[in-house]
Amino acid sequence: MSVSVDRDQAFLDAVTRVADEFAAPNADAVDREARFPVEAIDALREERALSAFVPTELGGGGVSFEAIATGCFELGRRCGASAMVFAMHQIKAISVARHLDGAPWFEDYLRDLADEQRLIASVTSEIGTGGDMGRSVAAVTATETGACTFEKQAPTVSYGEHADDLLVTLRRAPDAEPSDQVMVVVRGEQRSLEQVSSWDPLGMRGTCSPGFVVRAEFAPEQVLPTPFPRVMSETMVPVTHILWSHLWLGIATDAFDRARAFVRAAAKQKPGETPPAALRLSHLMSELSLLRAEVGSALGEFVEICDEPGRERLSEMATALRFNNLKIAASEQAPKVCQGALAVCGIMGFKNDTPFSVGRHLRDTMSASLMIANERIHHTNASLLLIAKDV
Amino acid sequence: MTEQIRQIIADHGRLSVDASELAPDADLYHAGMTSHASVNVMLALEDHFDVEFPDRMLKRSVFESIAAIEAALNELRAETPVS
Repeated sequence: MSVSVDRDQAFLDAVTRVADEFAAPNADAVDREARFPVEAIDALREERALSAFVPTELGGGGVSFEAIATGCFELGRRCGASAMVFAMHQIKAISVARHLDGAPWFEDYLRDLADEQRLIASVTSEIGTGGDMGRSVAAVTATETGACTFEKQAPTVSYGEHADDLLVTLRRAPDAEPSDQVMVVVRGEQRSLEQVSSWDPLGMRGTCSPGFVVRAEFAPEQVLPTPFPRVMSETMVPVTHILWSHLWLGIATDAFDRARAFVRAAAKQKPGETPPAALRLSHLMSELSLLRAEVGSALGEFVEICDEPGRERLSEMATALRFNNLKIAASEQAPKVCQGALAVCGIMGFKNDTPFSVGRHLRDTMSASLMIANERIHHTNASLLLIAKDV
Repeated sequence: MTEQIRQIIADHGRLSVDASELAPDADLYHAGMTSHASVNVMLALEDHFDVEFPDRMLKRSVFESIAAIEAALNELRAETPVS
């Protein structure tokens, strides 16, 4: 066995244990109270899972991207909110790790992330951009003392108050175009958060994502040298869609498992008869397998081109279309599977306090089509399809 | 060819600056060209120069400046067999 395979296995054993022992028992309370999944995230810190993707030479775990994706799936099976916080953190850590390009401040930052298991949240969405991550209003603004500042109106910042640090997208300078963006990492002590809206949503309640006005003062070295559009196409967009879809698959898989347990219990009550719900379960299995196939193949395609040689292909429109399609397909299929599980379990699935409850699963996956709205992605795809050839 | 490219960018790029004053290596995206506008520039270039950009060329870096576009068009023309 290679070292990296051993590392991956150790990481997955640890994440699965955290999912079973910390995420699962608190999932209902996290959902009911719309509170941060502190038990699961603290346990992931204990396992040094927050720096799993950080290279070993910077003190991280050196775990593969496939293992990170599988970790999101395993957490998703036990608590959607815990999985989403973990996935979002990994998206930021992976974006920094893949694009720091030797920048000393960012290397030091990843060392600190590994040492102290620092949790990163992101401030990407902004009022006034129409939900387009590729545009910013707030800008890096130089002060007379040589420092930089910004003030950003963010409609949602997931777990912002619980994160140690923030990854923020901004215009390069006050006179830059909206699409001339850079990525900045600010540490907890450098920022202030002024909460401007509440958080009482239908699902993914434990992500704690109200709106904030975010202000910070930081050093110029904290601006990542790589332009943000490149980070977005080579890493942030595909990695986001892959990790999110893995955790949605995890939630849908648990809903399916609950439906299967319900059918088995019914079968045991009347031996010799196939319960009517068994047929619905069979239909549901094919829906789940479609989701699993799309999620799995997208991961494989990304891994094939994510490093040299081939990384250049991540910038191509055909690749953007591929991962946009993953997002649309998975975000629509996951709630469909959860709704099918509800149809299998009936009233026992509808009630929130039975072993077959799937209400949380359904509500959590209903957020999927809204997080980077599918209609916005269709709009982008419609434009790209005018010119892309082999898709 | 440079001037024809410049005119197509002026017509379809929706820049926030005057295209006639752009340096050949000036970043069009920094000059305000959005992803959506860049698709319209690509379509107009294909139409005007009677070429088809293959998928390997359909990426940001190929369309980020007048010089980059010109290089891509020259590469395509060099590849086209003379009939």
